[in-house]
Amino acid sequence: MMSEILANWGNYPKSEAKLLSFNSFKSASELIENWDHFIPRGNGRCYGDSALADKIVSTLKYDKFISFDQLNGNISCQAGVLLCDIIDVVMPKGWFLPVTPGTKFITVGGAVAADIHGKNHHKEGSFSRHIIEVEILCDDNQVRICSKSVETDLFEATCGGMGLTGIILKVKFQLKKIESAYVVQKKIKVRNLEEAMSMFGQYGDATYSMAWIDCLKGGKAFGRSIVLVGEHANVDQLPIKKRETPYKFNERLRLSIPFNLPSLVLNKLSVKAFNTLYYNKTLSNYSESIISYDEFFYPLDSIQNWNRMYGAKGFLQYQFVLPLDNSYKGLVDILGRIRKRGSGSFLAVLKLFGDQNDLISFPMKGYTLALDFPVSKGVFKFLDELDKVVLNYGGRIYLAKDARMNKEMFWKSYPHLDRFMSIIKKYNPDKQFSSIQSERLGLT
Amino acid sequence: MSSILILGATSDVGKAITFKYASHGHNIILAGRKIEELNIIRSDLEIRFEIKVEVYFFDAENIKTHTTFCDQLQPFPEKTFCVFGYLGNHELAQRDLIESTKIMMVNYVGAVSILSLIANIYEINKSGLIVGVSSVAGDRGRQSNYYYGSAKAGFTTYLSGLRNRLYKSGVHVLTVKPGFIDTKMIEGISTPKQLTASPLEVAKAIYNADKKKKNVIYVISFWRVIMFIISVIPEFIFKRLRL
Repeated sequence: MMSEILANWGNYPKSEAKLLSFNSFKSASELIENWDHFIPRGNGRCYGDSALADKIVSTLKYDKFISFDQLNGNISCQAGVLLCDIIDVVMPKGWFLPVTPGTKFITVGGAVAADIHGKNHHKEGSFSRHIIEVEILCDDNQVRICSKSVETDLFEATCGGMGLTGIILKVKFQLKKIESAYVVQKKIKVRNLEEAMSMFGQYGDATYSMAWIDCLKGGKAFGRSIVLVGEHANVDQLPIKKRETPYKFNERLRLSIPFNLPSLVLNKLSVKAFNTLYYNKTLSNYSESIISYDEFFYPLDSIQNWNRMYGAKGFLQYQFVLPLDNSYKGLVDILGRIRKRGSGSFLAVLKLFGDQNDLISFPMKGYTLALDFPVSKGVFKFLDELDKVVLNYGGRIYLAKDARMNKEMFWKSYPHLDRFMSIIKKYNPDKQFSSIQSERLGLT
Repeated sequence: MSSILILGATSDVGKAITFKYASHGHNIILAGRKIEELNIIRSDLEIRFEIKVEVYFFDAENIKTHTTFCDQLQPFPEKTFCVFGYLGNHELAQRDLIESTKIMMVNYVGAVSILSLIANIYEINKSGLIVGVSSVAGDRGRQSNYYYGSAKAGFTTYLSGLRNRLYKSGVHVLTVKPGFIDTKMIEGISTPKQLTASPLEVAKAIYNADKKKKNVIYVISFWRVIMFIISVIPEFIFKRLRL
């Protein structure tokens, strides 16, 4: 069988892998029977090596809708269905995803495996909160249906468990009622980190909130940000001519980056210039507008392959969360170190999470920050140092973004790993499901 | 909206064609042997496109059942896509009559049997479209797959004759000769990327060819060049090649 070079969204690491897929329950079951030590993979939109291994099983061909209850808004589909397809089906009927990440090009199986979060985490939690049940094919080739009340241990270890409990086959979850395809967005320009954080407090009741933060500014403007707050628009908030067809909007122009840009395009100077431009593009300190859901939730999806911006060597996304009490101190510390190094990222996203204390899911009450670092000399050492800082403040790193964290950091920062391991051992005793990441982190 | 019939609807190409036409609002009749899988496809299509989808058992090899199969289809579909095929195991076929017969039965006899019934109905109705998915393998016999190739060659010739006959009745016949397609048939086999079409590309090519009333299409046009070259190599040279 042919091997190919695969990477996930960060283009780092790249790995030679044998890739097989399945499109029926029978073929999935045959894969388990005949193939050892593989990792299931969706659309490859995690950033690092969670969905990489020598052997990979793609769920992309297992992509059928099973049922959609238009009245109550619950939907069941096979794991390889993409969120963008779900939106296309449910939005005209007045429903939307309960939780969505910053891209709609992920599979629903991936959404479960990474237990994704979105701009509404502080109000509505992560994806797992809205799951009705998950069907999963385990190491013993048995299909199990698990939920918050049935086979709970399997459910807990599957949500956020990065595919280590088995092949997620089907997901049934609850959608969210909406009246239109539009979002009322408030844009607030704030001068520094303190102001940004106070905005999250002030807009604590808003359904959606996040901030773009400029990591390279120092002094008084340290942590200057643009805070975005949103609510689904009701029909009566729309301009009159849109009220007839509230779920219709004009598709955006799609841009594409057709090849890897030379990595020197993104240097300290260009990022600084970009951030300044972005910050100053927002003229007034406060503005309100009605934009399509696509523009609000998925601004980067309009640039296909934006990951190629970082050059052929790829990039690392570093997303951590700090407990609320330590958040301000920790963010000042970490942003300071990044500024000093001068290797800030294009996009740094700040967000306040709500309460969550699940087995292996990433979110916890506190602030999370996501930054991009082009792969370069010294970046690994630098991120190892940041790990220690994050750990000191009681924080942790998001597995769906990680490509490099060491085992020690992982085991010290995730509090329930002993229990997680015991469940993995129960459902995946022979390391049938194993990724480069799970091996690096000492899980398989 | 008109309805279309997909014979061999669980194949990757069958699914892609179904998806393409369903997304343009056509109602679909799915036919094949794997009823369970067809029912999964049915719910998927109904949810995605809000169209009418029907499922029928159809076995290409069992030609005695073809008349009954056709009689069930009420109202009769306006377009028929014959997508099923059986690549088989060529080496086994050289030794085993059951395998070689099966290759001929599915790819030629079965296809001709069902399409003949459908062609007669279209001829009476004075409208309809028949799309036959044949293969470049039928353009010249090669030692590595001449059972499959000869069955497809027969099928290609059948389609060409049918087109000739039905032209005056306003019924169109489209012959599709895909080269390599990225499907479960060849999963794990290494094929040159530029010459390998995805099922989606095949479906798009068919949809466009249907609109433009084309007669014979190669999905990736370079295949036309390749097959031309292969077909003009003199036999005394060709027989020495390892193809």
